[in-house]
Amino acid sequence: MNLPVIIKFVIDLLAVLLLALGIKGLSKVKSARDANRLAAFAMSLSVVGLLSYYLGTSGIAIQSWIWIIIGSIIGSLFGAILAKKVPMTSMPETVALFNGCGGMSSLLVALGVAIFPVSGGQENFDFFKSLINEVSISVSIFVGAITFTGSIVAMAKLQGWLSTPGWTQSKVRHFVNIVFAVASLIAFFDLINGNTSSIWLLVIVSSLLGIGVTLPIGGADMPVVISLLNSYSGIAAAAAGFVVDSQLLIVAGAMVGAAGLILTQVMCKGMNRSLVSVLFGGSLSAQSTASSGSGEYTNITSCSVEECALTLEAANKVIIVPGYGLAVAQAQHTLREVTKKLEQNGIEVVYAIHPVAGRMPGHMNVLLAEADVPYEQLKEMDVVNPDFPATDVVLVLGANDVVNPQAKNDSSSPLYGMPVLDVQEARTVFVIKRGMSAGYSGIKNDLFDLPNTSMVFGDAKKVLNDLIGELKDLGVGDK
Amino acid sequence: MSFISLLWVLLLGSLLGLELIGKVPPTLHTPLMSGANAISGITMLAALTLIVKAGENVPLLIIGSVSLGFALFNVVGGFFVTDRMLAMFSRKPSNKK
Repeated sequence: MNLPVIIKFVIDLLAVLLLALGIKGLSKVKSARDANRLAAFAMSLSVVGLLSYYLGTSGIAIQSWIWIIIGSIIGSLFGAILAKKVPMTSMPETVALFNGCGGMSSLLVALGVAIFPVSGGQENFDFFKSLINEVSISVSIFVGAITFTGSIVAMAKLQGWLSTPGWTQSKVRHFVNIVFAVASLIAFFDLINGNTSSIWLLVIVSSLLGIGVTLPIGGADMPVVISLLNSYSGIAAAAAGFVVDSQLLIVAGAMVGAAGLILTQVMCKGMNRSLVSVLFGGSLSAQSTASSGSGEYTNITSCSVEECALTLEAANKVIIVPGYGLAVAQAQHTLREVTKKLEQNGIEVVYAIHPVAGRMPGHMNVLLAEADVPYEQLKEMDVVNPDFPATDVVLVLGANDVVNPQAKNDSSSPLYGMPVLDVQEARTVFVIKRGMSAGYSGIKNDLFDLPNTSMVFGDAKKVLNDLIGELKDLGVGDK
Repeated sequence: MSFISLLWVLLLGSLLGLELIGKVPPTLHTPLMSGANAISGITMLAALTLIVKAGENVPLLIIGSVSLGFALFNVVGGFFVTDRMLAMFSRKPSNKK
């Protein structure tokens, strides 16, 4: 082993270690930010390691430098700008977009290696020499393409640019996707057999497969899909690692792949869904319309903002249950103002965070943190559930399925078994909601029928603004 | 590096990932997903390798460069956005009275 090889080996080892420490550190609130920077540093280190290796061995040609600089500047610039500008509520689609681009990168590497067998380079690397390389190129293209198109469709659907076409909810989609899958398999084996031209077939059908699989999936399940695609992009990176023979890529890709799988599992559990039903079941409302027969509400109490304010003023302990609707209405800052007023009046305020509140696990925490809610006031479900019986008022803001008592009481409900917040145990429950429409699941919420539940109809932000006005009139928090 | 040892690397890397991530509180799932996503942009190394080895093959240089751009978009954007999210957690609750 000569010096450049040793140096690269040491740097790679260090980079893997730091990446692992980074991921580990991301699991604790205190160390998370430093851990993220550590991981970023490890990535830069790995680039330095790779470049110094080539400088020390084959050298790097001037035209290579030019293209490296062009690609780096453009990619980094757009990435940094988007990361700075994007609102926190759009986090899921942003992650999806970044993720798709990672997949695209792996796809392009494999494609480049496959269609331009290098001849002019200093070192002849004929990747089609061995079967292994053909397999890794095919896998990289296949997974990369699915990651890319799948992520882009996921992003477009979350942004509201794409709706779910009707045909994708019928059985037709299974047929279509099976055709795509079989076609990619054929292209896959054709490619491994050495027929280079089928590479384009593989690119096209795996791209279509990514679209076909993601398109039928409803908004509620999208985070699960993004998480799964995140896992795929790791696998694509690992496959690209096999293509260019880099252990570092394989390790990092495998770690991300495993991470994505774990996260996906956690999300599924929180929503009481299995991965299979997310991927192949279509949207949940389509399945459940038949099963939940009691679709009519019989005992809805609606009340005004004023009544709500009066009850809040008299309370000692208030629990807020924020949900997706709050994020959509961008009302987290207004909510914070309301709770500030209550706190100034000596009322204890706590936020109950369901594991899948918001649009992704942990998304609600980010949104509330953005609105300056102290971290200690955010309570996770298991911690807060025993507190509900001793609570005077619960404010449910744009959450629905996560507070549905059916999940505990009605074994015939599709929600049965899903962990929920026991808000009905509280003395009074106010549900702030636009109308009587069902949640993601499309299932009737028994909570709304309970005698201690009152509905406050309206847009979350507007209701909260009115609430601030009412509380002011009552003299709450004017100190 | 033989294929078999690369497979070992793959296996151990996966196990490491499973172990590291098994114990994260739900609060941090979104930042973690975003951070892990940034790390998956490590394919930038593959893109760099491609460019360095492309020699004078201009189409390959371009493909490599575009690939590098996509990867860095993922990496730089991913880390920045994760940092933005985490900055909110670490902010001191100054207005808590």
